[in-house]
Amino acid sequence: MATDVLLQMKNIHKTFPGVYALKGVDFELRAGEVHAILGENGAGKSTLIKILGGIYSADQGEIYIEGQKVEIRGVSDAQKCGIAIIHQELVLVPYMTVAENIFLGREPMKGAIVDSAKMYEDAQRLIDSYGFNISAKSMIRDLTIAQQQLVEIIKAISYNSKILVMDEPTSSISEKEVKFLFETMRNLTAKGVGIIYISHRMSELSEICDRVTVMRDGSYIGTRVVKETTNDELISMMVGRELKNYYTRDFSKDGEVILRCENINDHKTVKGVSFEVKKGEIVGFAGLIGAGRSEVMKCLFGLTKDYTGDIYIEGKKVEIRSPSDAIKHGIALVPEDRKQEGLFHIQSVKFNSTIVVLKEFIKGISVNRRKEEEITQRYIELMSTKTPSMEQAVGKLSGGNQQKVMIGRWLATSPKILILDEPTRGVDVGAKSEIYAIMNDLAKSGMAIIMISSEMPELINMSDRIYVMCEGKITGCLNHEEVTQEKIMRLAAK
Amino acid sequence: MEKVESSKKNTVAYFLNGIAQWFKNNLGILIALLVLCVALSVNPITAKTFLTTKNIFNVLRQISTNLFLACGMTMVIILGGIDLSVGSVIALSGCLAAGAVVRYNMPLGVAMVIGVLVGLIIGIFNGIVISRTTIPPFIVTLATMNIAKGLAYVYTGGSPVRVVTKEWQFLGAGYIGAVPTPVIILIVVLIVTAIIMYRTRMGRHIYAVGGNSQAAEFSGIKVSRVKFFVYAYSGLMAGLAGIVLGSRMYSGQPTAGEGAEMDAIAAVVVGGTSMAGGYGTLGGTVIGGLIIGILNNGLNLLNVNSFWQYVIKGAVILLAVFVDYIRQENKDKIKVQVK
Repeated sequence: MATDVLLQMKNIHKTFPGVYALKGVDFELRAGEVHAILGENGAGKSTLIKILGGIYSADQGEIYIEGQKVEIRGVSDAQKCGIAIIHQELVLVPYMTVAENIFLGREPMKGAIVDSAKMYEDAQRLIDSYGFNISAKSMIRDLTIAQQQLVEIIKAISYNSKILVMDEPTSSISEKEVKFLFETMRNLTAKGVGIIYISHRMSELSEICDRVTVMRDGSYIGTRVVKETTNDELISMMVGRELKNYYTRDFSKDGEVILRCENINDHKTVKGVSFEVKKGEIVGFAGLIGAGRSEVMKCLFGLTKDYTGDIYIEGKKVEIRSPSDAIKHGIALVPEDRKQEGLFHIQSVKFNSTIVVLKEFIKGISVNRRKEEEITQRYIELMSTKTPSMEQAVGKLSGGNQQKVMIGRWLATSPKILILDEPTRGVDVGAKSEIYAIMNDLAKSGMAIIMISSEMPELINMSDRIYVMCEGKITGCLNHEEVTQEKIMRLAAK
Repeated sequence: MEKVESSKKNTVAYFLNGIAQWFKNNLGILIALLVLCVALSVNPITAKTFLTTKNIFNVLRQISTNLFLACGMTMVIILGGIDLSVGSVIALSGCLAAGAVVRYNMPLGVAMVIGVLVGLIIGIFNGIVISRTTIPPFIVTLATMNIAKGLAYVYTGGSPVRVVTKEWQFLGAGYIGAVPTPVIILIVVLIVTAIIMYRTRMGRHIYAVGGNSQAAEFSGIKVSRVKFFVYAYSGLMAGLAGIVLGSRMYSGQPTAGEGAEMDAIAAVVVGGTSMAGGYGTLGGTVIGGLIIGILNNGLNLLNVNSFWQYVIKGAVILLAVFVDYIRQENKDKIKVQVK
């Protein structure tokens, strides 16, 4: 590892009216290293990154690049300093080609006309130099998310960026693609680029990062060399206290089978899936992205209408062709993509908490507002959701609290079977631990829980049994006594 | 929020709280409305004419047509859609109702029902196409707008169908007691619309689908049923507006309601409803309709050239939406701060 310091941020302060977002944060990035920033939601990670990227300006503090003091007053300043940020939400133009996106706003010109030939040639050369299997002429919308991410990286590199910020780059790509992304990152660091890496996934730290800086409540907590620290140390730095019993789980004795699915087939992704879930069980579903786990649940919840196969609940065959059928049979689904599939962002916590159980307090044209508030309050308390009031717009809550509202919404239907699709994605460590504890309580009370997750530790520590899926089929089922990460991977990548 | 406090709240407190909240949310346009009214009351040219019962009822009579449409349009826009067909529906509904009386000697009641049904049928058609396909509502209703207008011209041959009976005029030009009939109808329509929007599950579902239709689907809401209902309701309102306007004009006219959809959209948008869907209030729409109506009336009283009236109306709409935009920007800033 080279030791020359690429970037130094010293004593950075930032206040927004009413919020002290950064309280004197220090950060250092060396050439050729991957430096992770860890912290719960609201710790100030994104504010720090936005100051670096020129979106906000710091109230106080200095930024040095290669020892030179710089002023970053806008996005273009940041670009000139060689800073490139790859945002969590990709910002490519979907109906333009890869090359057009890479050279957007600075197309090579021949007089007044864009020199397309040169543009495609240059773009392809760049792509090839990193060994990516992407054509410069393909349309962005035809690429996978992972490929689009690579295009973003190339675009960043093409600005001769020395400092690359990646904000949760692995949150929406499969494990195989993550491997390739990491390889690319190693290629870049070998060339002296410094990478700032933001992720909620602790397991990735040891795999790709050299050092890690932890932030909490806008303050700098400390920097550690990844090889010399432990996850437990990092978590307690992040949370500010020892997190005992990060996972809470009293594994289930045999309950009776409440749900049995036979030969579910959606004629696209899911190819004949059969499984069963018992009362009081947490059943994990493991697999790579695209294995068809969410798709199975979409059949079970009636979102996919033209599937074939049989569903039995408490031994009786049921017909589920719409979400309202599913709700009637006591099934609840907390979807994977909270933003797209779950929340009504501008609406209140109250609206979001009660939208599935309107029947309980709106009868004809009479609205029992007291009941409405009672229901909302009950699930705010049960989930220990932190919200200033039940009138708060749900979009303004942190990811963890949004997820708690989502789970609360479905608990209000008193489901017999609760399906959680990536229940802790984008949720900070503290809230994660709370969600695990709640899942455990629910299971103990006899609810059957199905949990789809891409986080191995979560699956292994929470599930009584884990079904592993690969290419639309279940390739195995592991009991919690026998399960290991290796066994899951072997079944998932058959 | 304290649990004890919330469960102790009684209905009266809810009511007062709701009213306070409503005033707060609509403060900007309420002030605009007030300024407009005060200006017209103190202006020497209009002072004597503006604040008379006759003029105020006159204004209300004029804006009733627009507010019928705007009631449906509020729901449509909260749903994230648009209904361009309503203006033409006014023409078609008025012409067919007038034709039923004049050409076929049907009883008045039947003619009126026909007029309203015409609107409902076109609304249902819009609703079916929009809820069953992914064709944008803009395109679907643009098509039905042309179809309805065309049918009105075909049916009348381009000239008005005159109705001279006194009974025919009751709905649009008559009075119940001292109050113009359309104002009474408007009050009923507003109450019905408010009940649907705020006191039924359908109302909540409209906000949910407009806010995030995928999330609504995942919540077990029958999204296509909600869409169907809203467009059918909008059509029904347009049918009603058609017969009331036809009655006021003593005739069914194929040119009636031209551009009325735009006035309705303006009232809704000035009233603070978001074109992006998911947010809006009926109260805001009423104020928006009043602002536009009183502005029209004031400009007439001031003898402003009617060509210039368009320019001024446009500027006012832009201003109202701009103020809303500034407010939204500030809200977003607060959001960043909280983060």
